[in-house]
Amino acid sequence: MSTTRTTRTTSRSRQSGKSGRNRGRNVVAAAVAVGLGVCALSACGSGGGSDKADAKKVTLVTHDSFNVSKDVLKDFEKRSGYQVTILKDGDAGAAVNKAILSKDNPQGDVFFGVDNTLLSRALDNGLFQPYEVKGADGIDARYRVDGGKHRVTPVDSGDICVNYDKKYFADKKLAPPKSFDDLVKPAYKDLLVTENASTSSPGLGFLLGTAAKYGDQGWAGYWKKLKANGVKVVDGWEQAYNEEFSGSAGGKKAKGDRPLVVSYASSPPVEVLYAEPQPEEAPTGVATGTCFRQVEYAGLLGNAGNTKGGKALLDFLVGKEFQADMPLQMFVNPVVKGTKLPELFTEHGVTVDEPQTMDPKKIADNREPWIKSWTSLVLK
Amino acid sequence: MDLARTEVDKSAEAVAPRSRTRSRRGSAARLGLMALPVAFFAVFFAYPVTAIVARGLHVDGVWRFGRITEVLGQSDIRHVLWFTTWQALASTALTLLIALPGAYVFARLDFPGKQVLRAVVTVPFVLPTVVVGTAFLALIGRGGLFDELWGVRLDTTVWAILLAHVFFNYAVVVRTVGGLWSQLDPRQEEAARMLGASRLTAWRTVTLPALGPAVAAAALMVFLFTFTSFGVVQILGGPAYSTLEVEIYRQTAQLLDLPTAAVLTLVQFAAVGLILAVHAWTVRRRESALKLVDAVGVARRPRGAGQWTLLGLVMATVAVLILLPLGVLVQRSLAGPDGVGLAYYRELTSADGGAFLVPPIEAIGNSLRYALVATVIAVVIGGLAAAALTRRAGRLVRGFDALLMLPLGVSAVTVGFGFLITLDEPPLDLRATWMLVPLAQALVGVPFVVRTMLPVLRAVDGRLREAAAVLGASPLRVWREVDLPMVRRALLIAAGFAFAVSLGEFGATVFIARPDNPTLPVAVARLLGRAGDLNYGQAMALSTILMVVCAVSLLLLERLRADRTTGEF
Repeated sequence: MSTTRTTRTTSRSRQSGKSGRNRGRNVVAAAVAVGLGVCALSACGSGGGSDKADAKKVTLVTHDSFNVSKDVLKDFEKRSGYQVTILKDGDAGAAVNKAILSKDNPQGDVFFGVDNTLLSRALDNGLFQPYEVKGADGIDARYRVDGGKHRVTPVDSGDICVNYDKKYFADKKLAPPKSFDDLVKPAYKDLLVTENASTSSPGLGFLLGTAAKYGDQGWAGYWKKLKANGVKVVDGWEQAYNEEFSGSAGGKKAKGDRPLVVSYASSPPVEVLYAEPQPEEAPTGVATGTCFRQVEYAGLLGNAGNTKGGKALLDFLVGKEFQADMPLQMFVNPVVKGTKLPELFTEHGVTVDEPQTMDPKKIADNREPWIKSWTSLVLK
Repeated sequence: MDLARTEVDKSAEAVAPRSRTRSRRGSAARLGLMALPVAFFAVFFAYPVTAIVARGLHVDGVWRFGRITEVLGQSDIRHVLWFTTWQALASTALTLLIALPGAYVFARLDFPGKQVLRAVVTVPFVLPTVVVGTAFLALIGRGGLFDELWGVRLDTTVWAILLAHVFFNYAVVVRTVGGLWSQLDPRQEEAARMLGASRLTAWRTVTLPALGPAVAAAALMVFLFTFTSFGVVQILGGPAYSTLEVEIYRQTAQLLDLPTAAVLTLVQFAAVGLILAVHAWTVRRRESALKLVDAVGVARRPRGAGQWTLLGLVMATVAVLILLPLGVLVQRSLAGPDGVGLAYYRELTSADGGAFLVPPIEAIGNSLRYALVATVIAVVIGGLAAAALTRRAGRLVRGFDALLMLPLGVSAVTVGFGFLITLDEPPLDLRATWMLVPLAQALVGVPFVVRTMLPVLRAVDGRLREAAAVLGASPLRVWREVDLPMVRRALLIAAGFAFAVSLGEFGATVFIARPDNPTLPVAVARLLGRAGDLNYGQAMALSTILMVVCAVSLLLLERLRADRTTGEF
């Protein structure tokens, strides 16, 4: 409607009109058109969005990698009576930062997907309000980091590990590397591709893994050796895994020539699941001595419009149904003890017994300086 | 055409010596026309961008401009600035070098398949960078054609960035320079030759000066696009290269260092403002004082070895630089798990993949719907702006012209984050609505509409309108019967371009698209972000679909172009 109005205004004001009053009216008409336009826009604004006043709706803000089975979500909606909106708001880093920026007027009620590398930033900025989920005792105690404050709840864990191309190492009759130490050996020269620690979350995880393993003083020396041994660094996981890595489906097509890549412990099952037909055995393996554990947390947003619904949603995230659904949806491990893993995981996945870990506080203190010195050390 | 207008204005003044009231009325009319575009840009561009910059520099009620020198004093930031500038200069030079012969061939030679080819070379320009990056990697990356033929790999070198920039901007030069070239009266050059000038001298002294402003305008646009390059640098350059835009993204989205991001945004603003000011100046020079003819009748079938060689060279360039990377996308989308087939395309219709809540194929519908709404907004806003700008330009209007171009030079992450913190309260609570996507896309579409409409609107002979008015036609009727028929075609072309650009818009869309309503480029990026054969194949299939949709809309535009002058893109 406002469109036609505006067009007419155009036509009239373009003429050399007869009187000054006519002009004035045109300006008024244009102003009205603007007003109408804005009104129309704001009208669709209040119509489409998550309405805060509506206690029957609850919104989950998360990152792009979030997934849940339709049935599982529907089941929750039916049981709880809430209608769930899922807002995927960019990659993990961007989603957290957006949530922080909009914390006074959040886009939803619950945020899921802040991991241990960014947890301190979220907590220091007061993103969450406390809530202790039902069944908190069932959660693996290693992951409960927030003391007694319950501002965040661990939901899943995963391991960032070096993956290897099984065929390459079989053809070369070379044993695949197992540990960080192996990666700097001459036998594995020019084989590894990793991600930029300043732009990629597995890249950062791998850097933190080496820092945890070799200590604040030792990691730089390790990276010097790794660089001398021909490590390649690309910007994101997509390029590393789908373009450079010779073991993945995408990489094979792109004729990737690096048989070692920094990816996830769950990548081999994914290769099996998304292959047609599914192979007997995963084409890739995991160097279990190169892993850094990533834990993802969820919390009730500080100014959530629907705290009650938010709490119910948090309970759902650590509930049996969601925890069991997660592995095949997001390729992560459940944190609630006793959750049964799907066959795909037990068959093609690995269990990482002793991953590298690091206290979120320590990560927060060192992240920026480490990334800075890593950048000048490895990239320049 | 501009000359004609001046005459009309003079005679009008002579008949009615009320020039002051006239001009006052003129500016009132201009204000009326500009009200909506100004409001649009104020609300959806200036306000969000100012807010996010203020969040970084306005701390505890005080502006911390000291941060500017602080940030610019850092050596790595200075390195980024230096790299941004020189790669843009080099890309621009290389693009001109490679595309100018193309501009000539498309303007002056007639050959079969020209229309299709014109559309095809424009496809890269409207494709999202994530798709282009992937396609380009297949050409110059490992296992790419260059690698297999000569063992040459250019990925993660600066050459990859430069060549991809040529790939992207080839059409800018061909369309801007070629558009003018095809309308230059060849008789002027012929006259020079009759008077004894050699072919080269005639070209140098007649054609080249006439083309100068168009070449300058094209060069500045290419410089603008490459100066603010984001996806290409990220995907092809590897982590060692960073432009200002990449750094703004990193500082905002990854590090949440808003003060640094704000300073860099201001620096980019200043640079882009400067580029646009120079561009506006060259455009004004070009629009005046040139004798133009209809393009039809200028193009001839190639004659002589020289022209045939040139045609061959240009075709070879287009084939290697543009067709090949696009072809690789198609090939990979068809190389299914059991040989060549449509397996990946079929997979797009299932929601089991898990990358989305909906089957990826729905992204096509979303994309088309959003792009249509964005086109309507862009045409209304851009059309009004162009109408306002048609009137004899004062300084204010010129400033407005440049303002409309600014969104092309401002980081999508700045706009996206700005939206997030500003459009969150009634009456502008738009964060959660689908409207935000077309609005952001329209921001990018408007400059194209303006640039397409403006030359045509300026070419409409004012005497026709006055004659109609004298004969008693109402203003509305004058517009309907004089202006509309003359600009209808340009309007359609503007709409088509806005549509194609909206379709491929990625940077801002990826920040605001809802997960259950992904657009094609967003869907491609999501699929590429997951492991597994099927996801990768589907990404290629969707890219191919996007490419075809873009190519078809551009081809339809080509059919509309035919003989009239139709702006700069």
